[in-house]
Amino acid sequence: MAAALPSALAGDATRPGQRTWLHSLVRWLFIAVSLTFLAAVLLAPLATVFVMALARGLQAYLHSFADPDTAAAVRLTLTTALAVVPINTLFGLAAAWAIAKFEFPGKSILITLIDLPLAISPVISGMVFVLLFGLHGWFGVWLREHDLSIIFALPGIMLATMFVTFPYVARELIPLMQQLGNDEEEAAITLGAGGWMTFFHVTLPKIRWGLLYGVVLCNARAMGEFGAVSVVSGHIRGLTNTMPLHIEILYNEYNFVGAFAVASLLTLLAALTLVVKTLVERTGYRRR
Amino acid sequence: MSFRQPSVLPGFGLTFGFTTFFLSAIVLLPLAALALAAASLHWSDFVHVVLSPRALGSYRLSFGASFLAAAINLVFGLIIAWTLVRYEFPGRGLIDALIDMPFALPTAVSGIALTTVFAHNGWIGRYLEPWGVKVAYTWLGVTLALTLISMPFAVRAVQPALLEVQRDLEEAAETLGAGRIYVFRRIILPAVLPALLTGFTLAFARALGEYGSVIFIAGNLPMKTEITPLLIVIHLEEFDYQGAAALGVVMLGISFVVLLAINLLQAWGRRRHVRAAH
Repeated sequence: MAAALPSALAGDATRPGQRTWLHSLVRWLFIAVSLTFLAAVLLAPLATVFVMALARGLQAYLHSFADPDTAAAVRLTLTTALAVVPINTLFGLAAAWAIAKFEFPGKSILITLIDLPLAISPVISGMVFVLLFGLHGWFGVWLREHDLSIIFALPGIMLATMFVTFPYVARELIPLMQQLGNDEEEAAITLGAGGWMTFFHVTLPKIRWGLLYGVVLCNARAMGEFGAVSVVSGHIRGLTNTMPLHIEILYNEYNFVGAFAVASLLTLLAALTLVVKTLVERTGYRRR
Repeated sequence: MSFRQPSVLPGFGLTFGFTTFFLSAIVLLPLAALALAAASLHWSDFVHVVLSPRALGSYRLSFGASFLAAAINLVFGLIIAWTLVRYEFPGRGLIDALIDMPFALPTAVSGIALTTVFAHNGWIGRYLEPWGVKVAYTWLGVTLALTLISMPFAVRAVQPALLEVQRDLEEAAETLGAGRIYVFRRIILPAVLPALLTGFTLAFARALGEYGSVIFIAGNLPMKTEITPLLIVIHLEEFDYQGAAALGVVMLGISFVVLLAINLLQAWGRRRHVRAAH
């Protein structure tokens, strides 16, 4: 039936618009293969997170958050995200304004450099800060003399997280602002509006959905970062363990309910991120 | 004569200055520190570290598993993208949104969840065990974790290209008597080939640097199930900063080559697209 070469004989079976048994077989085969693959690789692990977290009942699940180390991990993750996300949002807005609104030489190099952290292994992203601020790093001796610690402390965790989540807001905004053009901003300026007024009353309303998705994605990556933070954190319980690092410790101690309980929070955060993405795309704005 | 082209819009100095300053402070200076640390190593010591048997073993696993994962995603990415673009079925929107899940999900969560599912008593692992297939704590597990985390890159690269395949061309070919396989080989495949290869390379690049999900499922035995990023972490934990930097520079160099390949592939795709439009 499925002639590999065009032939007059095959003409009947493959006439367009006609639903042959072969067409529907192929169609169901494709859907079945896709769903089986996704079920095994994606859906089963997602379901496992919640099944394992609730394996000993709701009481045990809720109780695991009462553990002071777990609570400290949640607090540290929130603190880090609260510091990193606003700074990276500010950077993303500034970078997008400079790149999308003006023409200057070296623009594509600048965009490539902003994307650089995405191409780098998270382990290397953490390591660069150890090389700078670690005990045997460039500034290690100076920091020790002044009784300052960056590595194995909060500033190191923030720096590594900032490095890894650096491009996300900028990446959402640059193509969006380029696509929307400058006409309305130029009209506002020509009519006498100031720069800030133009930004808040003309640009911001136009880009708010893209900005929202960029911020939410940046936040999800900031809260979930493992490799880079793992390198700089030192894994001090209750002190420098973020949520993903705490998952590792609980898991290695065979405290599966505790590990998957923390994991379930991060999974819900990821799901929320996807919901925002879907809603943003419904508003008509599509990523490249 | 000024650096930028004239515009009535204000704020170039402020935003450009902030962007370049922040970029230099957070990204470029730290990366320069890495290059300097590796450069401070004597040439023979550098070679000794990056070509040690343990390092070579880790490259073999990192490259082999990443290549395999990207190849698996090349096939399944095309099938999934095809299913999402061409067929209507209940739950399609949900599946489409879920494709991005590995991108938003923290890698530690993917790691412990996959290990649980594919352990010898897990939901899927228990059915593989009687066949002698061990996934958790073997190179198969590494490949599986890398397949999961790089899957969105493959699917999302192919999806838009499939959407743009001209349906009337396919229909014309079928009217003239071409079979589906012939149409796929001569019309669809050439149109999506650049996107397929871009997706493959993006998935490969993402898999190569992955750390979080792999260390849970790998078992982490030197020479056998130890990936290169883990070897870097081990060097760092032993305070061998230069050794870690040397391996880091090797990985960074490879990432740049892969990035270059992605850019060339995308340029190739655009050229083909323009030619096809005329």
